[in-house]
Amino acid sequence: MLVIDCPYCGPRDQSEFSNGGEAHVKRPDGSQDISDREWGEYVFIRSNPKGLFYERWVHSHGCRKWFNCVRDTSTDEILEIYKLDDPQPPLKKFENKIKTPSGEPDVGSGNFTVKK
Amino acid sequence: MKKNYSIFSIARNALSGHKNWPKMWRSPEPREFYDAIIIGGGGHGLGTAYYLAKEHGLKNIALIEKGWLGGGNTGRNTTIIRSNYLWDDSAHLYEHSLKLWENLSQELNYNVMFSQRGVMNLAHNEHDIKEIKRRVSANNLNGIDSEWLSKEEIQKMVPIMNTDNLRYPVLGASFQPRGGVARHDAIAWGFAMRADEMGVDIIQNCEAKQIRTKNGKIEGVETSKGFIRANKIGVVASGHTGVLAETAGVRLPLQSKPLQALVSEPIKPIINTVVMSSAVHAYVSQSDKGELVIGAGTDSYNSFTQRGGFNIIEETIRAMVELYPVFGKMKMLRQWGGIVDICPDASPIISKCDVEGLFFNCGWGTGGFKATPGSANVFAHTIAKNEPHQINAAFNLDRFASGKLVDEHGAAAVAH
Repeated sequence: MLVIDCPYCGPRDQSEFSNGGEAHVKRPDGSQDISDREWGEYVFIRSNPKGLFYERWVHSHGCRKWFNCVRDTSTDEILEIYKLDDPQPPLKKFENKIKTPSGEPDVGSGNFTVKK
Repeated sequence: MKKNYSIFSIARNALSGHKNWPKMWRSPEPREFYDAIIIGGGGHGLGTAYYLAKEHGLKNIALIEKGWLGGGNTGRNTTIIRSNYLWDDSAHLYEHSLKLWENLSQELNYNVMFSQRGVMNLAHNEHDIKEIKRRVSANNLNGIDSEWLSKEEIQKMVPIMNTDNLRYPVLGASFQPRGGVARHDAIAWGFAMRADEMGVDIIQNCEAKQIRTKNGKIEGVETSKGFIRANKIGVVASGHTGVLAETAGVRLPLQSKPLQALVSEPIKPIINTVVMSSAVHAYVSQSDKGELVIGAGTDSYNSFTQRGGFNIIEETIRAMVELYPVFGKMKMLRQWGGIVDICPDASPIISKCDVEGLFFNCGWGTGGFKATPGSANVFAHTIAKNEPHQINAAFNLDRFASGKLVDEHGAAAVAH
């Protein structure tokens, strides 16, 4: 289980939190003018990268406040936690440990099928 | 050489100490060009290659797999097979698959150990009863065997179940007698062997790195064994499908999460059917070796680590022990996770896309194993004819623009 460092309460077990999916998704402007397809993309499509991922969490069984984090989905390592009104940290700041898009990092993936 | 298994071949090979069984498939180096490349060597991918060669006469096919055959979700699921889905579109797709399962051991001359021991879906509250009864009726209208069992009938079939003395009492269940389980490796190996016989190049330890396109058309795929040109590419990479799609500039409505399962120490036969409960989140069957095969849930967050969080297992075990107090002192032998790609409507995508020659078979989420032969069969049709089979026409990518979703959250094995 992940240990998540809530910016308001400190480190707690992940079972206290609810995941809110991708962070920084922007509702398109002028929704009355855009096509069904563009609208469908906003409603249904979210990034699903292997590697660095901006995501939202809420401390449901704690302070009930929302916050954002950058997590590596290939290792589950939480790299940075920041409040909703903090600026979005650039991904360049973090090391991407994956050599190919679908490849495995050396540590932490649990995927022994393909680890070389 | 065509490899046939029979009592005579077993006897013949027994005489030579089982040392002379031929290799089940070749391990060729990739050629420069193929008519079609399938990415992903699980059951769905191998089946697609098999049906492309068998039913559509394609000769020049390759299948590339980054690990070994059946080492992904094909080897990580709980092997439950059923077709009791609510909506017509899904019912037709899963029933197509179930019918293929029923004849697959004969067709492949390879025992996939399909055991039709029945699948039970438990109802724990008033809403479950209404939803499940509705589903039973919908199944019957589609010609799928499905019936409602009372609590007494359940107790007769599964006497070890605690139906009353628990937080969410068991009030009834749906039952599909033709459902059951099969051997997960066998489906991959059977398809692989027969596809290989028809000339499909099965290339293992060959990771797809990038799908290359030019002017909206497929060029080929960059792999760890070099660039391979192709006219058509079918991506059947489960959790990693979205990652590969991204390399071709296609965004898919998929989220990848670990789904866990675990098995117990082997015991004598104690449960002779498959019992699923989405409300308390536990499903169980007993393997031929005697292990209890237990399915747990998905993590709430996206991840590509094939582990999953311990709290998920804890929830499932809690439900298991309440439902079957007799399992309380058993030991669990193994636990694992597989990366499943979940669609917003819990239904798969078997579709072409904007890039000419690029096809996807993905989004099977938490319940793809049952669909293996059916999905492969209609996906092969889609690739060969450039248009969907009528069975998978509803499972296109356009549904996320038109809003014509196939919402199967109620019939999915686990609520997600």
